This record gives sequence, structure tokens and C-alpha cells, in this order.
Amino acid sequence: MDNMQKYIQTLAPKAQFEEGGQYLTTTIEPDALRKVATGLKEKGFDYLMCLTGMDYKESLGVIYHISSSNPKEKETVIVLKTSTTNREEPAIPTVSDIWEIATYYEREAYDFYGIIFVNHPDMRRLFLREDWVGFPFRKDYVVNDEINPVPTKVPDPDDYEAVPSYSLNKEGKLVKKTKSLFENKDYIVNIGPQHPSTHGVLHLRTKLEGEIIKHIDPHFGYIHRGIEKMCESMTYPQMLYLTERLDYLCGTMNRHGLCMCIEKAAGIEVPARAQYIRTIFDELTRIASHLIGWACMCNDMGSITAFIYGMRDREKIMDIYEETAGGRLMVNYYVVGGVAQDIHPNFVNRVKEFIPYMRKMIEEYHTLFTHNPIAAGRMKDCGFLTKEQAVALGVTGPSGRASGWSCDVRKIAPYAAYDKVKFDEMLHQGGGTFDRYMIRLEEIEQSLRIIEQLIDNIPEGDCRAKVPAIIKLPAGEYYQRVENARGDFGVYINSTGDKNPYRVKFRSPCLSLVTALDPMCTEQKIADLIMISGSLDYVIPCIDR
Amino acid sequence: MLELDKLVTLIHSTLADAIDIEWLVKLIEYVLIGVGFLALYAVLALILILLERKICAYFQCRLGPTRVGPWGLIQPIADMVKILLKEIIKIDKTDWILFKVAPFIVIMGSFCTFGALQFGKGICGVDFNVGLFYMIAISSLGVIGILLAGWASNNKYTLIGAMRSGAQLVSYELSAGIALLTMVVLSGSLQLSEIIEGQAKAWYIFQAPLPAFIAFIIYLIAGHAETNRGPFDLPEAESELTAGYHTEYSGIQFGFFYLAEYLNMFIIAGIATMVFLGGYQPFQINAEWAEGFNNIMAYIPTWAWFFGKVFGLILLSLWVRWTFPRLRIDQLLKLEWKILMPISLLNLLLMSVWVLIF
Repeated sequence: MDNMQKYIQTLAPKAQFEEGGQYLTTTIEPDALRKVATGLKEKGFDYLMCLTGMDYKESLGVIYHISSSNPKEKETVIVLKTSTTNREEPAIPTVSDIWEIATYYEREAYDFYGIIFVNHPDMRRLFLREDWVGFPFRKDYVVNDEINPVPTKVPDPDDYEAVPSYSLNKEGKLVKKTKSLFENKDYIVNIGPQHPSTHGVLHLRTKLEGEIIKHIDPHFGYIHRGIEKMCESMTYPQMLYLTERLDYLCGTMNRHGLCMCIEKAAGIEVPARAQYIRTIFDELTRIASHLIGWACMCNDMGSITAFIYGMRDREKIMDIYEETAGGRLMVNYYVVGGVAQDIHPNFVNRVKEFIPYMRKMIEEYHTLFTHNPIAAGRMKDCGFLTKEQAVALGVTGPSGRASGWSCDVRKIAPYAAYDKVKFDEMLHQGGGTFDRYMIRLEEIEQSLRIIEQLIDNIPEGDCRAKVPAIIKLPAGEYYQRVENARGDFGVYINSTGDKNPYRVKFRSPCLSLVTALDPMCTEQKIADLIMISGSLDYVIPCIDR
Repeated sequence: MLELDKLVTLIHSTLADAIDIEWLVKLIEYVLIGVGFLALYAVLALILILLERKICAYFQCRLGPTRVGPWGLIQPIADMVKILLKEIIKIDKTDWILFKVAPFIVIMGSFCTFGALQFGKGICGVDFNVGLFYMIAISSLGVIGILLAGWASNNKYTLIGAMRSGAQLVSYELSAGIALLTMVVLSGSLQLSEIIEGQAKAWYIFQAPLPAFIAFIIYLIAGHAETNRGPFDLPEAESELTAGYHTEYSGIQFGFFYLAEYLNMFIIAGIATMVFLGGYQPFQINAEWAEGFNNIMAYIPTWAWFFGKVFGLILLSLWVRWTFPRLRIDQLLKLEWKILMPISLLNLLLMSVWVLIF
């Protein structure tokens, strides 16, 4: 870590370092940003984990959480901060050519804070409409229905096909250029927002040539609820209920992330019993989520029977949830300091019955679908994502591991009871659709293995630590990573010592997955697009937040 | 036993006694037959819809419809009433005439083929001397309706669906035709009643076991593809193209496509039954000792044999549909042009040699 500090110092002599933080944190001038970013990329820091826009009231800034795909340094996270005091035309150089995923992250920061990234090729808004007035995450934003009325007209496609980009001229002034996304003669098909296979309200503007896909432009924001903004006006326990509405298929894991972030900041020690229960619940959720992923992918390929089989087995997990927590989809079980109540007396037995049942069913899945010549023929040689692309686009989770990138947060930074169990991180080297398909079924088996090791050894004791009635986090910044069923889920909290957070950011693994669609599907067929998006298994509310 | 002969004679003599004008009698009779076929067509569709929903439910560990009537028996009737009451939505910027005509072409093609099926000994609408040729020819008319529907809807999904369907049906028509032609070589006739009579002793699939069996399998695959059902449901692939060529249709116009799809399944199974499995002929063992068995088999009415075999093949088709995932367009065309076509051509040669030798 000291090495890196010295290295950054040589790149940017004016860099200021923060002491005692969770990660190596540096504040640099915008002018030095590109130099430091390039330098870090050369040192192997090729994974831009999270990009957070910030409004410090007197200035607008960006926070970069950077990590590495290199096995030796994958635990290291470096935090870069930069800001500009110009609130009228805040300009920060782009890093989208250094880390590809920043193309989308920077659009989000522009959408929420109005920060213009100089030389960014595509400075459209990411979630809000193009005709939206103001930038809603700025602290001086006025919520007013008259400024932004509910639209009564369908927006013209030209609105979101005009792509602006900004560059600096010789006098240092911003110059805006606009180009069109598609040409007039292009054959564009709107896949979504209302479509059976986009797994939610995702809008893919797809340029076709016959059946062949030439380009995909994802258009987000149809289910944007401003969850991060809502969090800023909530107390910490209230925020928990929003996490399960991000990625509704791995609600418990998202909630786990936020709980841990708050616990770490407030210094709350979670009892061992709660840690074990949380781990078992996380793994049950992972199985349920992978089952849905598998089932939906089969359905996307036209095998409806397989879909019903997956849903049938997921139902068993929902029953286990319901008995202990009361909820099925929104389990609402974790609270700050532990879990809401102790497990149901039947819980252990039901989980034990479930494990052999699930193993038997996986065999059935293989017989029904994996070994089917049509399915195998379609998944083979299709939708490849190399490891380099996966890292550049931040494609984590099962999809990243299918490309050979060892990115399991449970291994990199173990939390809860993950350091007490043995399990393998499943890795495939191919990066094709079949690898992504298989890795989910293999991870189900690993999850069963984890549960098997824990279920008999849940320690006695409290399942909930004593927490103050009003939780106030000490001033500072906190970041927590968890591995949810789709990848690296991150929670960033910036606290000023109040009972509300100053800024909350959720790192969505699904956004990266959708951005990978364009490189993977180009020159493939429509049927492949549907199958590949099924194999990526993204959830739209997690993207839009 | 269903004795249609007596009924037909009775109707004819009553009509001829009451009305002296010969052409009027014939006209009334034609209309009566037409109404009878329409009723049969509709009833069969209802039965098939219920059957499919029940069977697919059992494949998927579900129960299927259970609420409307015992075992959900009234469900398809309720669905039919619903579809009749639904509004036919007029969409702007469609080619309205073609849009309206398309479902009629589809259902007409299917209905005209249906009329030529031999449901039992003497139970058929028409019996041409080129019956089989007529069936192949008229059943391909449906694709025109599908192409028109996709084009006239002025929607990109429907257009892709229609183009896929055009490519698919035209391709698979060839294998299906050649497979049937193989059997014509064996039977020496295109007239359906003669083809079936030729199987009185043994079904064609047993008469020339190897080539007839290959042709049977090819016909089942190609025929299944012609009905646009999974794994060949690319034209309407609901997870890709929402509903394919009939995305923009509603009410009874959609109902026509729906009916035609189900009845096409019946027609394909019917043709396969007539040409390969002896049509309405009972199962017979050509040996001295099996005389008792043969008599028992022959006692079962001919129409029961026909419907039994047809529903057996339909069950097979449902089984395939609810098990396999969908093919991709290039796999689909590869299967036809690189595998089925060469095999069926070779098979035709094999059958010719077989007929010459035996």
C-alpha cells in the first residue's frame, strides 16, 4: 500500500492522502486525473469497481473505487477523488478510454450531478429523460412538478439518438458536438421496454441487418426510482427496506451489504449466530436466484417446461424463507446488528431435506436441458466475452468467472461466515454462453456445500446485537462489497455524523452485465441476443435503482 | 358403429322426394356437408386446445385448467366465447385489406386440406384421384396468409416472423413432399382411398420397413415444422418476437390463426396416419394363427382407428414441443437442407429400388 502511495505521489505531486481510512484514499486535481488513472492502469489496476458522483456543496466531485484483476492485488482497493468548484460548467476529464465501463458510469454521474466529462464520446443522460431540467442529486436541486411535469407526449426517438460530446478548445472553453446514434437507413428494432425476454423494462435499440445484429444501444431508466436519493432523507434502518427492491432476486445479499456497511461504521459486533444464519440465507438466496437465472434462460430459448421446473424448486426455498422470516420475495430478515428474529424450529430440518433434493434435481436439469442437442448446439460457439473485456466492463459474478476472472468477493474479502467454510470458486476459461450456463449450476452445488457445512454448526446465543435506538454513523466514508448472485455488489455511504447519510451509492453488478451485451451480440442473431441476455441473468431494477 | 352410408342415403332420398330440381338438391347437400365439416373442425380445435393445455400441464407438474367444468372441460368453450366477444382492433398505418384477408387465407388453406381427410371408411368430403397431391398443394397456401399478415401489420417483429416463416415453410415443404412421394412410389396411386385400401393387409410402414420408416420419421419432423410449433416455432417465437407474425391481431382474427395452428397439427397427423399407418385400416397380422386377433381388430370401427392413430401422433408432437428448446434459424435451415433433404432424396431412390426388387 505504501508503494502505491509513493507511486501516486510521483504521478501527481499535489495528491493528498487520507489517514486511517478503509482503503488508500487520494484526493487529486482534475488536471492530474488522467495521468494517475493511466499510471494505475499500467500497474494492473484494471477494474473500475465503482464511480460515484458527489456534491460537496462548495464543489462537485467524482470518487473512483479502483481494484485489480491481478490475483496478487485483487484485495487492494484504491480510492481516487477529484472535484471542481465550477458549478455552472463542471468539467472533469473522462477516464472512459482507460476503463471502458466508465462510459456508462460517467453518464450516470452526468445525469445526476451535471458533471461534464471532457472528451467522453457519448454524454447522454443514463436514466432520466433528455428533456429533464436540472440535476436531481445536487443538494440545491428543487423538486418542482412545474419544472419537470409528467410528460403527456411520447418522446421523439431523435431525442435520445442525438449523442452530444464535449471537448475543450484552446481557450479552455467547453465545445459541444452532436452526432446521431443511427443513420436514417438503419433498420432499428426496439427490443423492449415491453418485451417478454428483457427480464424487466429494459429498452434495447437494436440495429439489424436481416437477422444479424449490428449494434445494440441500451436505454435505461424505465424503473428508475431514485433509491439513492431517497436514502439521503432516511435513517439507516429505514434504508434497509430499499435494498431488497434493487435486485429483488438477491434481496438478502444486498441487504447484507448495507447492514455490514452500517455495522462496520458504527462499530457494532454481530453475534456469531447471526453471522451463520446470514450466510445460510445468503446461500439459499443464491440458489434461488441461480435457479431463476437457469429457468429464465431456458424459457428464453423456448423450453417452457424447464422454466417451470426451475420455478418449482425455487418454491421450496421460498417456503423455507416464509417459515422463518415471514416474507417470500422481500424477506426483510436482516437488521442492523443481526437478524430480525431467531430461526424457526423447523428451519434446520427443512434445509437438510432440501440439500439432497436439490442435488437430485440438478441431475434432472442436465438430462432435460444441458444434454439436449438443440440446446447444446445453440449455446456452443456463441456470445463470447474475453477476460480482458470482462474486466474492462466490470462484468463480475458468475458471468465474469465464466470468462476466467477470479472475482468472487467471498474469497477476496471474506465476510460473515465465509472464512469458516470450504468451497471452490468455480472458474471457466471459455467465456461463452455455455460456460455462463454451466457455472450457475455448478455454483448451486457449491452453495449447497456451504450450507451443508454450516447448518449443523449454528452456534447458540443471541441472533441480534444491542444497537442504539437511533443509529448515527461517525463522519467519514464507508464502502462494503458483497458477492450477490450477479456479481460484486457495493455499498458506499458518506456520513456527516447525522442520523441520515449524506450520500449513498449502490454499485450495481447488473449495469455492467448489460453494457457487455453490445460487444457480445454484434454479428450474432436475434435469437442469440435473447439467449445471451438470459445467460447474463441481469435484473433491471438493480440497474436503474 | 357409425353408419354414415344409411344417413347419407336417407337425407338424399328425403331431399329428392321433396324437391324436384336436381341442382338445388345437390346445393343443399353441399351446404349440409360444409356445415358438418365446419362443426367438426371447430369441435376438434376445442378438443385439441384442452388436450394440449392438460397434457403440457402434466409435463410441467401442473394441473392445467380445473375450474370451468369437471376436469376443465368447459374451459375451451369459455375461451372461444371470450375470443368471439373481443374487439377487433383497427390499427393505424396497416395495410387494412391485406391485414383482414390474411387470417382467412390461413384458415382456408387449413380447412380445404381438412376436407380431403379420410376419417373412416367412406367418411370423407371428397376423394380425388390426385387427393394426396391436392393436400400437399393446398396446405402450402397457408404460408401466403402468414407472409401477408406479417407484411400488412407494418411492424418489425411481425415482418421478421413472417420472413422466418416463409423460409421455414418453403424449406420443409420439400422434405415433407418428397417423403410422401416416396410412399406414392410404393402405393402406385395418389388417390387417398386407394392408398388406404392398399394397406388393408399390412400398413405401409410394415410393407417396406426400412424406406417407409425413414420417410415416416422425415415426414414427422418436416410436418411438425410446418405446423410452426416448438421446437420449430420460430415464426412466433414469443421470447424473441413477442408473438411473431400475429402480434398485431386480436379477437377472432387472432382466433383464426390459433385454430389453424391446432388443426394443422391434426391434419399433419392425419396425413401421416393415412399414408404410413394405414389410415382407418385396423392393425392386422398377416398370418394364419392370427385370424382371431385380426377379427377383433377389424371389429373396432374404422373412424376409431383413424382418430386413435391421429391422437397418438398428436401426443408425440406435444411431447416434442414441451420438451425441446427452440432452434435458431440457421440450425433450422441446416437441418432441412443439409440433413433432411439429402436423406429424403436418397430414401426415394431406395424406395424405388425396393419396389423394383420386391
